[in-house]
Amino acid sequence: MPRIVVDVMLKPEILDPQGKAIVGALPRLGFNAFSSVRQGKRFELTVEGDVTDEILAQAREAAETMLSNPVIEDVVNVEVVADQP
Amino acid sequence: MTETPLIGSYPAGQGGAPLNGARIGVVTFPGTLDDRDAARAVRVSGATAVELWHGDSSLGGVDAVIIPGGFSYGDYLRAGAIARFAPLMAKIVDAANSDALLPVLGICNGFQILTEAHLLPGSMIKNDHLKFLCRDQVLRVENNATAWTNAYAAGQDITVPLKNQDGQYIADEKTLDALEAEGRVAFRYVGANPNGSRRDIAGISNAAGNVVGLMPHPEHAVEAGYGPGHTGTDGLGFFTSVLNTLLGGK
Amino acid sequence: MSDVSTDSAQKFNIDTVENAAATPDVQLPWAELGLKQNEYDDVVKVLGRRPTGAELAMYSVMWSEHCSYKSSKNHLRQFGEKVTEEMKKDMLVGIGENAGVTNLGDGWAVTFKIESHNSPSFVEPYQGAATGIGGIVRDIISMGARPVAVMDPLRFGAIDHPDTARVMHGAVAGIGGYGNSLGLPNIGGEMVFDPIYQGNPLVNALAVGVMRHEDIRLANASGLGNKVVLFGARTGGDGIGGASVLASESFDSTKPSKRPAVQVGDPFAEKVLIECCLELFKGSLVEGIQDLGAAGISCATSELASNGDGGMEVELTSVLLRDPTLTPGEILMSESQERMMAVVSPGNVAAFEAVMDKWAVEYSWLGEVTGTGRLIIKWEGEVIVDVDPRTVAHDGPVYDRPYARPDWQDALQADTFTGSVQDAGRPATPEELKAAVLELIASPNMCSKDWITNQYDRYVGGNTAMAFPDDAGVVRVDEETGLGVALATDANGRYTFLDPYHGAQLALAEAYRNVATSGAIPMAVSDCLNFGSPEDPDVMWQLAEAIRGLSDACMELGIPVTGGNVSLYNQTGSTPIHPTPVVAVLGRFDDVARRTPSGWAEDGQAIYLLGTTAAELDGSEWANLRGHLGGAAPKVDLQRERELGEILINASRDGMVDAAHDLSEGGLAAALVESSLRFNTGARVALDEVAARDGVDTFTMLFSETQGRAIVAVPRSEEVRFNDMCTARRFPVSRIGVVDAAGGALDIQGLFTVPLDELREAHEGTLPKHFG
Repeated sequence: MPRIVVDVMLKPEILDPQGKAIVGALPRLGFNAFSSVRQGKRFELTVEGDVTDEILAQAREAAETMLSNPVIEDVVNVEVVADQP
Repeated sequence: MTETPLIGSYPAGQGGAPLNGARIGVVTFPGTLDDRDAARAVRVSGATAVELWHGDSSLGGVDAVIIPGGFSYGDYLRAGAIARFAPLMAKIVDAANSDALLPVLGICNGFQILTEAHLLPGSMIKNDHLKFLCRDQVLRVENNATAWTNAYAAGQDITVPLKNQDGQYIADEKTLDALEAEGRVAFRYVGANPNGSRRDIAGISNAAGNVVGLMPHPEHAVEAGYGPGHTGTDGLGFFTSVLNTLLGGK
Repeated sequence: MSDVSTDSAQKFNIDTVENAAATPDVQLPWAELGLKQNEYDDVVKVLGRRPTGAELAMYSVMWSEHCSYKSSKNHLRQFGEKVTEEMKKDMLVGIGENAGVTNLGDGWAVTFKIESHNSPSFVEPYQGAATGIGGIVRDIISMGARPVAVMDPLRFGAIDHPDTARVMHGAVAGIGGYGNSLGLPNIGGEMVFDPIYQGNPLVNALAVGVMRHEDIRLANASGLGNKVVLFGARTGGDGIGGASVLASESFDSTKPSKRPAVQVGDPFAEKVLIECCLELFKGSLVEGIQDLGAAGISCATSELASNGDGGMEVELTSVLLRDPTLTPGEILMSESQERMMAVVSPGNVAAFEAVMDKWAVEYSWLGEVTGTGRLIIKWEGEVIVDVDPRTVAHDGPVYDRPYARPDWQDALQADTFTGSVQDAGRPATPEELKAAVLELIASPNMCSKDWITNQYDRYVGGNTAMAFPDDAGVVRVDEETGLGVALATDANGRYTFLDPYHGAQLALAEAYRNVATSGAIPMAVSDCLNFGSPEDPDVMWQLAEAIRGLSDACMELGIPVTGGNVSLYNQTGSTPIHPTPVVAVLGRFDDVARRTPSGWAEDGQAIYLLGTTAAELDGSEWANLRGHLGGAAPKVDLQRERELGEILINASRDGMVDAAHDLSEGGLAAALVESSLRFNTGARVALDEVAARDGVDTFTMLFSETQGRAIVAVPRSEEVRFNDMCTARRFPVSRIGVVDAAGGALDIQGLFTVPLDELREAHEGTLPKHFG
């Protein structure tokens, strides 16, 4: 079954406590290359059959209205991922 | 209900250190919440609580360690995921796995840290109802042969507070079968399963029985008036159990 | 954002004081920042020139209703004026500081305060409610106290309105998510559903903290040469959505198009901040401290400087930023959470830094205390703010808003429930009365709140002696002696709508009664006044009357207001919320082991009803269930409340009662059910005699909301003593029943018997049914 992947991130200007805690911990384990971490959410919407433009549009609307909170989050990516073996 | 022996009931000098000398470390991470409560429980049981800081590189010669509840590092990555890399955790893991079999108790976030540190198998995910749940919880003591449960009778029901967001214990079927076969399920939830934990598991031990982790909070049921139902003190047995252990009883 | 140049001077056209003086005709966006013409003129007059952009930012936030109390100040004075010497006796710090401090004895002091976070909680319920907890907790820390508990009175729209679920789930999860992560037990609060709050939910938060007397800290910057430090989270654009007009300061096009009006809380950062501050206090490493909440650095610098003995000079580019594109004005206005500002003597700088490093808390030294009396803020050495800090922090505008008794008030009060259309078919037969009791206890406002409170940690800290559903939350302060405090919050918007003066008094009376019912001696009051727009004379009258009523009642009960908060403009269009003064009362226990729970557990104990019952159904839960709101609020008799309180406190102290529950919303019916369900122990009750004594029918006996009443369970051995005490005080008391453990039911003789399981199902089913 094809899946539509939706990635949601906190808006850039919104504080991300999760990312902040992680970036603070990375150097303690020797990972020094990363100056910032932002933690997001990934949703996978499975579709029975082909992903039509209409279904993709539905996914986009669901992403904007339900999967994300437009007050604090952005939908940064909506893409179709082919069936996996 | 089995009466929990108080410190004065123990005969002195049966091998091991004298009781009033038992030193039990309580680890504080940034974001730990129940450290004072765990230390109080240690004191109520008659031993000495020793503050340990996550950044310490030594266990300071403590006789046992409690990793208390809370939200270490906010639990933002996964519960316990960052705390397990603390310098002190390496010492705790070594000591727990050494011949000395350092008794280690992980409560709630402490249990989560112990699974992240692979001292105990499995993991905790979000409660099946997706909410934080705080309530008085009945547990059955399934294994009273561990370092932290020997003051209880096998099959005894105890009531202690439960309070968590990520309390659903999961492991693969093989692990769960092995845990049951080896008697390493230390506690099960009695009555309605509060969070979807596999096979109603509330707490487990390692094979040697010196490391125990559970989601509910025995340290919040050690003083009448401040625990379940205004009177409950069923949690005190954890802390007297480890004194039995240290005395050489087990 | 790494491509943004750190060379700020190139990014901003910095409006210096020098520039402002030289360019008097530059137009500033003062109206967009919420200032009125007369207020802007005042700023110009105070400064003797036009303000700089940064100064304008400071004045506009500090002179806002939220920070300056400009509409309510003239009325709030009564809380400070209607106070006797006796009332001041235990007040260590009064109104005006971050929170008042009350002497608890044995060298202990307690500080508590209640605040609103209404509007943010409607926009983004989770973060709004979470940061509400965060803010009030920082107020408590900044007094030098260790926070020990929180409470949260909540008021949402209709239980079955689709948007209520959004607000409910978000706010409850936010309070839990934040509060649970701080290690603070949540010990009580309220949950009221009413369509009047649909577009304006009320999310109030209370925090209480304790300290030794010598640890009390105040927000002042004193001592020439002492260092000013900002620590905790970095400063971002949080909560300055409205300040984006200041973008005219910027030449940079890469800045975020929109500043977030939503502040995001980081409970982990707050928890670390709490422990870090307590370590600073323990080592006496700070001279003064102030939390950053509304108006952020503007508030902290101006408050610290104006409360100190000199001035202050800070370099704003030293502030650690989360968003490097912020302009000076935005930095000054930012409401980023989990920040504190402190004043540190030069000798303690190294020790201060060591504590910060231990807890991995970021900090930056901003400047120092001066002797000039001025607050000077620089940007890369250039002066962008040069003000008398008092003019920012304390000498804002004050308005005498017009107010008048609404012309509809008389008609409202004349519309009594008894005999109204909605009163048709009032329950009278045993079957009807049984159904009415079940309907009442399952109703949105009277049902069990376990669904909410089970999402809050009430155990953490190990000192919680009582929490919901008991009448008051009780926390042990001293583990050796058992010294402790009790807290209750109450409000009734319907009563206050019917009669603002007495409605506010009823809120106080109920909170007072709840504290006394637990066995504690009421000591102090904090209030959160939630009202509509002060520019509406009707609303302004409600506010004025409520403050007058509350201050009169505090005087009569002898307990002072030590702090609080006013939240105005809670209205949708021209429809204001019911006036909702939420009143918190704090009480003291010598030993919390004496606390009295709200339910009975011992078979055979006698159940007494204290007080008399009149036909008072106007504004009641029953009338509300029938869709009626009108008539007169229940009569207030503060003398009676005081006498009742003394009886309950003495009875608790001398071991004469094992359970006590106050009668308020839902009357005797609700109290009997709740006391039976508390420990799952039934009772047999007979009401004929007491109803005949009071001259009311059974329905009225069960559902009237007459004040000054409580039920208690008295051990057999104490009955004589208890009766003697009530008789000696000439307080009406009647033995109405007996605890019946075996029956497993609430039996009201001659009327009906309901098994506890049936009561429980009705009582506990409502919230899960609506919210899953």
